[in-house]
Amino acid sequence: MLRIQSLSSFYGNIQALRGISLHVGYGEIVALLGANGAGKTTLLNSICGLITSKKGNVLFKDHDIINLTPEKIVRLGISQVPEGRQLFGELSVLDNLILGAYLRRKKGKKEVNKSIETVFSIFPILSERQKQHAGTLSGGQQQMLAIGRALMSEPELLLLDEPSMGLAPKVVSEIFDVIKNLRKEQNTTILLVEQNARVALKVADRAYILETGRAVLEGSSEELLENKEVRRAYLGKGYKEIWE
Amino acid sequence: MPILDEKYETLNREEIKQLQLERLQVTLNRAYKNVAFYRNLFDKSNIIPEDITSLDDLAKIPFTTRENLIENQPYRMFAIPLREVVRLQSSSGTTREPIVVGYSKNDIEHWTNLMTRVLTAAGVTKDDIVQIAFDYGLFTGALGFHYGAERIGATVIPCSRLSVEKQINIMKNYRTTVLVCTPTFALHIANIMSEQGISPAGLSLRVGLFGSEPWSESVRKEIEDKFHIIALDNYGLSEVMGPGVSVECEHKNGLHIFEDHFIAEVIDPKTGERLPDGKAGELVLTTITKEAFPMIRYRTGDCTCLDHSVCKCGRTIVRMSRVSARTDDMIVIQGINIYPSQIEQILAEIEGTEPHYRIRVDRNGALDELEVWVEVSTNIFFDEIKKMSALEEEIQKKIEETFGLSIKVKLVEPGSIKKWKDGNTKN
Repeated sequence: MLRIQSLSSFYGNIQALRGISLHVGYGEIVALLGANGAGKTTLLNSICGLITSKKGNVLFKDHDIINLTPEKIVRLGISQVPEGRQLFGELSVLDNLILGAYLRRKKGKKEVNKSIETVFSIFPILSERQKQHAGTLSGGQQQMLAIGRALMSEPELLLLDEPSMGLAPKVVSEIFDVIKNLRKEQNTTILLVEQNARVALKVADRAYILETGRAVLEGSSEELLENKEVRRAYLGKGYKEIWE
Repeated sequence: MPILDEKYETLNREEIKQLQLERLQVTLNRAYKNVAFYRNLFDKSNIIPEDITSLDDLAKIPFTTRENLIENQPYRMFAIPLREVVRLQSSSGTTREPIVVGYSKNDIEHWTNLMTRVLTAAGVTKDDIVQIAFDYGLFTGALGFHYGAERIGATVIPCSRLSVEKQINIMKNYRTTVLVCTPTFALHIANIMSEQGISPAGLSLRVGLFGSEPWSESVRKEIEDKFHIIALDNYGLSEVMGPGVSVECEHKNGLHIFEDHFIAEVIDPKTGERLPDGKAGELVLTTITKEAFPMIRYRTGDCTCLDHSVCKCGRTIVRMSRVSARTDDMIVIQGINIYPSQIEQILAEIEGTEPHYRIRVDRNGALDELEVWVEVSTNIFFDEIKKMSALEEEIQKKIEETFGLSIKVKLVEPGSIKKWKDGNTKN
């Protein structure tokens, strides 16, 4: 579905990605792991067109999308849940969702209402709180709203940036249950950025590990959980010495 | 015959290329970071890993040779700490010094999976009894097959270092269905069987997986005829993993290289240029999933050519022709290149000879002389002298015709050339 070849991205003179290649197959959950500053968010922002200074190939369903604007990319079926949710706190839950369907406004109210119903069926709590200001929701509920808003454009590929950020462990596991169900019930393909490697590897089929803008490991979640380097660096297990 | 990993053995070319590029870049990043040899190699050539943006760019990287590995013995080619290495093996030592190689837990898992693919391609199932007559030990062949066969759920008989007679007894009494060893050893078993009057009909054997040395089509035919089995080739080398790099399917039209783990190139051994499909040259392999011992553009010394067309079995992965020779087994006599397997091929076509032979090269003075000792079938040897000298002449003529070189031929008694001590020695 998504195929990236040797992607490099730049912030002015600073190179944030150094030739990254990855792919996401239909119906897969793929995780991007790595420390702060490894380039995970840059990679998501490069895919959805928020970063324009880049080279390489980004193919979505065989369309080259590297030079497309974010609106066009959303229309093709990619939707991003940004880091820190970025909700409109002063607006109601319902209005936040409707904004998510902005590009589909011409298709009529009926279509949009159908999507709202779908989102409410996935997140019943949002239905209960639909009149409430988004800013008054708990962290977990805000994350659900952010995902719900992204689903309003009916994406085939959902990009999730740090869904566990700032949430209590119990809430994190709820959110990840939702992610698993999205794939199962909505058939959504998911590319997930996470610092919490343990949780991410539990739901993802495969993962890539980024370090200073490069991919340094790749493999199935099972394999990566067995990899001592991953255990050392991201799961806090093992030891630090290299040569014995 | 079934395909074990449909997903990876039948990817389309675009998917294979994507996967290879991703895994190659990861391998390069890790090798550059963790292996001083590769960091120096890249730095000297003014390359950084991110310069490799496509599979074609791989050609920018210099080759890794056996000499490089020898210089960096025992552990300097390792990309992970020794504590994380769960197994050491070494090359079988057919040529000069052995090379120590290491495996991480994931490497062993991948290797097992690949060997399971190899055995599945040969039609081996959980109902089979697999007799592994390789040398268990530092040599990678035995344990590779052992793990794969166990993963399938077959019954494994580890038959290391047993006499031929014992191997035959086990094969007969335990009702072995699959034989794994070198082709030479298989032929040796067959010959002893016929000496002892044991007919293949008394065995349950149905398939053989032979490898670890080049063998010709005529040897294959001989093995198949003598055992009444299907004989399949498989390929690998310990420097990149062991067996499990590629395998023949039942169509016997080249060995399928597992491209989700290895990138194969064929080069002109003199210029180092990449050669197109169908052109024979030296096989160069890059590992793209190995954690402990990554190899980038390793010159295998094996001669083959590639074929990217889709096989009748449905596998889309590239095929290599059966290895015809090792570049380093090559003998140069008076400027003429001779591969021992070429002589084997000639001998196999001559009636009355057994494919057991010995090549002697006398390097006295400026002129090298080649002498071939050939075993003859029992029934001929005790016959009249005339017949023998006629046979000698025939062999001499055929070899001379092939190479355009005068040689000597000596006929010897059957069994007098001790080519085999166990399944893995080669003369």
